[in-house]
Amino acid sequence: MRLFNLFFPPRPTSAAIAKERLKIVLAHERAGSQAPDFLPRLQKELIDVVGRYVEIRDDMIRVNLGKSGETSLLEINIEIEGAKAKATSAASAVPA
Amino acid sequence: MRGRARGREDLLAKVVVITSGKGGVGKTTSAAAFAAGLALRGHKTVVIDFDVGLRNLDLVMGCERRVVFDFINVINGDANLNQALIKDKRNENLFIFPTSQTRDKDALRREGVERVLEELKQQFDYIICDSPAGIEHGAVTALYFADSAIIVTNPEVSSVRDSDRIIGILASRSRRAERNEPPVELNLLLTRYDPGRVARGEMLTVDDVKEILSIPLLGVIPESESVLRASNTGTPVAFDEDSPAGRAYLDAVARFLGEQREMRFVQPERRGFLKVLFGRA
Repeated sequence: MRLFNLFFPPRPTSAAIAKERLKIVLAHERAGSQAPDFLPRLQKELIDVVGRYVEIRDDMIRVNLGKSGETSLLEINIEIEGAKAKATSAASAVPA
Repeated sequence: MRGRARGREDLLAKVVVITSGKGGVGKTTSAAAFAAGLALRGHKTVVIDFDVGLRNLDLVMGCERRVVFDFINVINGDANLNQALIKDKRNENLFIFPTSQTRDKDALRREGVERVLEELKQQFDYIICDSPAGIEHGAVTALYFADSAIIVTNPEVSSVRDSDRIIGILASRSRRAERNEPPVELNLLLTRYDPGRVARGEMLTVDDVKEILSIPLLGVIPESESVLRASNTGTPVAFDEDSPAGRAYLDAVARFLGEQREMRFVQPERRGFLKVLFGRA
């Protein structure tokens, strides 16, 4: 039987898959629930500011508060690849 | 040892919320069964329906034709408590406090709920709050004043996830949390458990759910035909002591009261010759 399992590893049961998926999603959500509640506001304001200069969608900015060793890290990812620069109004209103 | 006999001074009434986040997992069934079980053990118990607008506890308890005044009437001062409380006809220790069918959930104002609960504490040993589903106003109001929470969970991914959310809300938004008092006591009640499917690897095991949620297990209620039969007739399933689900609820109540009881109904049932022949559980 063991030799058989070596060549044909048994497929995990659906219950085992459920357990793994739950563990992963809950680890993620529990970490998220401890995040300070200014993050969504920060993200929204960043979208407003960056949006004055380049065209940007809500999902192109990701804000994360993480830890790297001893230091807390505020990580801001702004994806602008392929985003069109806004030439007019807002950008030109700010003197260079 | 009867709750009432200890006197009101040294035994403060306990507020217990039956909650889950997800709908349809058996909150009302469990609230009715649990209240009935506590009453059977001699504790004066009231079960309150917090699901404003979607009243159902009255049906499950079989007193739908006796509702005159409701929770909202009492909160608004249109009726007093004793006009609204319905005395169960099967057990003298058991009372039902129905909710309003016509108002919306915002009618449950926190100060009003607090005043009613304080008044109930003068008369009862246990106040069982049947929470609505979700994590909105109604559900948070139902758990806000709780001393103890029973988290009703099905061995299924969405139910377990929502239970985890509710556990987080109990830990952060209950009155005990806000006042930095000892936290709400948490207990897991696993319902609709099918040991046969668990054995075949088709359903999360008791231990899986316990490990993921990491709260103490109060009981496992097996999937059972008797639950639907009980709600059909408006009888709390704990009054059906011949049914596996009824016995499982009575075990859970005993554990809640501090007794040690072995977990039953977690192993697949061996089907006897007659059962196979007649195909009845």
